[in-house]
Amino acid sequence: MDNLSVDHLTGIKDLTKEDIELIFKTADSFKEVINRPIKKVPSLRDITIANIFFENSTRTRLSFELAEKRLSADVVNFSASGSSVKKGETLIDTVNNILSMKVDMVVMRHPNPGAAKFLSQKIKARVVNAGDGTHEHPTQALLDAYSIREKLGTVAGKKVVIVGDILHSRVALSNIYCLQKLGAEVMVCGPTTLIPKHIHELGVKVSHNLLEALEWCDVANMLRIQLERQDIKYFPSLREYSMQFGLNKEILNSLSKEIVVMHPGPINRGVEITSDVADSKQSIILQQVENGVAVRMAVIYLLASKIER
Amino acid sequence: MEKQVILNEKQLQLTLKRLSHELIESHGDFSETVLVGLQPRGIHVVKKLKEILEEILQHAVICGNLDITFFRDDFRRREKAIIPSITNIDFSIENKKVVLIDDVLYTGRTIRSGLDALLTFGRPAKVELLVLIDRRFTRDLPIQADYVGKDIDTLRSEKVSVEWKQIEGEDKVVLFTKESNG
Repeated sequence: MDNLSVDHLTGIKDLTKEDIELIFKTADSFKEVINRPIKKVPSLRDITIANIFFENSTRTRLSFELAEKRLSADVVNFSASGSSVKKGETLIDTVNNILSMKVDMVVMRHPNPGAAKFLSQKIKARVVNAGDGTHEHPTQALLDAYSIREKLGTVAGKKVVIVGDILHSRVALSNIYCLQKLGAEVMVCGPTTLIPKHIHELGVKVSHNLLEALEWCDVANMLRIQLERQDIKYFPSLREYSMQFGLNKEILNSLSKEIVVMHPGPINRGVEITSDVADSKQSIILQQVENGVAVRMAVIYLLASKIER
Repeated sequence: MEKQVILNEKQLQLTLKRLSHELIESHGDFSETVLVGLQPRGIHVVKKLKEILEEILQHAVICGNLDITFFRDDFRRREKAIIPSITNIDFSIENKKVVLIDDVLYTGRTIRSGLDALLTFGRPAKVELLVLIDRRFTRDLPIQADYVGKDIDTLRSEKVSVEWKQIEGEDKVVLFTKESNG
């Protein structure tokens, strides 16, 4: 196995277990590279990548840009605010205009589910999905699973609970696919209103009791409440949510074993997770961010190697 | 494919011993020198040299492995992606004398990549090259070795393989010749 089975990374759903393992193995090498005095390799010096963000992002965009630059790719950035999108241009037109400037790969974040897949079918460049609405966020899931593998040695057989706004979370869906492909057991936990009705059909356990979920798991991935995607009230107040589903030191210390705490960011301190937990030694939140660059380098490197000359 | 053993186990061991003595001649007690093997096959040469050197010097010799995958000049020119091996340089090369080590010197392209990869770890005082087998007259780049186990003259169509006990079952160097080339 020395090539990905896909030409684009639109979702974890399309990847095989071998693909994910290949990405991790490659990421191991890049993690070593980004800890050298000179953190750059020349592999992609003849590749141009456009980062097209139709939705806000700090971490993901920065992480992608660093990954691209450390591979020596040329990078152009585009964000929807202040662009022709506001003037009524369609997605395909926007992207084709950018591609006319000889761009080989597009990293895109878009508010509509399926936007990345749609794009990959319409254009010649390679597409990497950096989040499409409430659908998938594949590189986040890869870096989450990579961080679990790094911390616990393996993902297979581990129990992972994803807590919070599962309904609006692309991170949750990608994580479920990724963890299951690697042989982990997944549980989702949150208020009934924020758990999709048929999610058990994906083979995940469902719980509405945080303490019970935490007792079961090896790893807890705490998601942010995505108020910007919630058009109606899903729970009475943030305070009530935080009392029932927020992770604090008291609950963590009451557990019978030590669990690993993760968060994809950005953190709402005091809502889904308290500061003393976020900054504790059980939390691998900052390692996730570091691994994000290595994993994205691996994804881009492997996809770029399939671009014809 | 016709097979011809260039060095058998005994000859190979003798060659490695000679190379070790040559290294000691130039590098003394190795206090300012480190050995860096190129992945994937150079690391086995380093392992052997390290054993012999440490036996003679009676102290540890600093060794590392360097993967050159991301510095190659044939990215996207191959059918398959090139999957990296492990780099393991947990020491500073700043102002050190570095001996790059590989099993076979052929076109010189690997060594060129190795030099670039090495420099991402700092600025060594000097870099030298040691190869077990030098395939003469096949170079694509102006690169020559400082220490050579054995020179051989080969055709492009031929293949040289350095084999090791722990992988292939026997320590030896083999030359493969295509029969059609006579």
